[in-house]
Amino acid sequence: MQRRVAIIGVGYTPFRPITPDMSFKEMMFEAAQKAYEDAGVCPRKDIDAFVTCEEDFTHGRSIFNIHTPDNIGAVMKRIHTLPAESLYGLADAFMLINTGLVDVMAVESHSKASNMLTPDYLVAHAMDPVYNKPLGYNPYFIAGMEMNRYLHDSGVTREQCALVSVKNRANALLNPDAAYGDRIAMDDVLESETMFWPLNRLDMSSPADGGIVMVVACEEKARDLCDKPVWVRGVGWCSDAPSLETREWGEAVYARLAGEMAYRVAGVTNPRIEVDFAEVDDTFTYKELQHLEALKLCAPGQAGFMVEEGATQREGAFPVNVSGGSLGVGRLDEATGLQKVLEVVLQLRGEAGPRQLEDVSVGLAQSWRGVPANSGAVAILSNE
Amino acid sequence: MSEKIKSWPGTPLGEKEIKEKRILVTEWQPNLKYAWDTGAGYGRDFAELKKGKIVGTKCNKCRRTLLPARLFCEWCFRTADEWVYLKDTGTVNTFSVAYTGTAAERLKVPRIPALIEIDGSGGVAIMHLISDVDPWKVKIGMKVKAVWKPKQKREGAITDIDYWKPI
Repeated sequence: MQRRVAIIGVGYTPFRPITPDMSFKEMMFEAAQKAYEDAGVCPRKDIDAFVTCEEDFTHGRSIFNIHTPDNIGAVMKRIHTLPAESLYGLADAFMLINTGLVDVMAVESHSKASNMLTPDYLVAHAMDPVYNKPLGYNPYFIAGMEMNRYLHDSGVTREQCALVSVKNRANALLNPDAAYGDRIAMDDVLESETMFWPLNRLDMSSPADGGIVMVVACEEKARDLCDKPVWVRGVGWCSDAPSLETREWGEAVYARLAGEMAYRVAGVTNPRIEVDFAEVDDTFTYKELQHLEALKLCAPGQAGFMVEEGATQREGAFPVNVSGGSLGVGRLDEATGLQKVLEVVLQLRGEAGPRQLEDVSVGLAQSWRGVPANSGAVAILSNE
Repeated sequence: MSEKIKSWPGTPLGEKEIKEKRILVTEWQPNLKYAWDTGAGYGRDFAELKKGKIVGTKCNKCRRTLLPARLFCEWCFRTADEWVYLKDTGTVNTFSVAYTGTAAERLKVPRIPALIEIDGSGGVAIMHLISDVDPWKVKIGMKVKAVWKPKQKREGAITDIDYWKPI
């Protein structure tokens, strides 16, 4: 019998292009303190285990996990670090609570992207060292190639992609914690510099700093501690082939399979009807559309028309990235997935302020690991 | 090789083969640069070191002094209560005599990393180096004092204390 698992507290620092006023330790502490206050728990007494999600190279320290326990109240307690996208951390908590070994967990991730001065070289370092690296290019060409093939296969246009950027940056204007809210027009995107054709500068998200912590609990504890638990009804994750030569370029296979797993766990049979809104990865504009199709949140080939008709706007039939997404909030390195979850939690609790959606009960959060990865995770959350 | 094994099967590979590129050789120099934010805790700590002072913070719940100075107590998980100046004398808690450098090279003059409990602080310790002493005379429990760099050479770093030497 599967245990029900709920998010009972969230805490976060504002997402900003730079955060010179705080160290990563102070950032983690602030987010954790807010999350524990929100959940009404003391980390020293009430939390059984912790998981943090950060990559050594991103932070510039080997064995980064040794630097995380003190900042979130986990000293002398059970903690592990995933060098992975943070939605995997939520999946981890979901699984650990389901083992019955722990009842209450904290999931943490943060970005200090502004402290990494050579981000494109960092990504280049992830490439195959003998087969791809010697060709010597900026690895974001992968996004350009992927976009090219996706547009070719799907019939989605660059104009439709540009509208994703317009929508998400505008959404971010209603999110006081977003770093890149802006009122732009489709032509601004189409006329911005070509970065990796067909990808323009305004098709790409920019990095931001920020920390997020969530308290996750089993049903008994959740009902005991929390008035507004947000249930994690299902999680799924998947990796496609890593090699550039054999992976799928037009379709986000990892997202489709991760979504199918999450829907199966959550008992969702018709996502387009049962899911009310979604925060999906939009590291690049085309990614939002590619992911919507992979997650079966629109009919095949219809993602472009959805954004064109305004269906994915905040007031539309199926709002997507109401938080502003990565294009509007900023790309938070490993913490990006938890930012998606955070927005779904705030919406389902009715705490999203001026951007609050009406009558929502089921939301989806999806993450992608970023270039050059081909993996991602999905969570289905519900307030019922 | 041993008594039983006179030769390994296969083709031996050594430095010569690599230099002559008889096998695939690829070189890559990672370009990874970082600029870490000190934050308010380390930030003031380093600013005080530049002035020749060691500063910590104090948690009034567990009554510990925290060093490096930080804004929260890792035991109690609460905000630290106050800044406290600490003495620059202390007692050796533990130490090692390091004859091996980072590149695994032998060091003729060993380095002596030591954990030094600061006098009057209730047990808080600073991680630093002992020098200006015969390595074999260093003992646990030995009294030591900070040797500061001259004022104009300090840059707001842990190395503003040059080393610690026995009193």
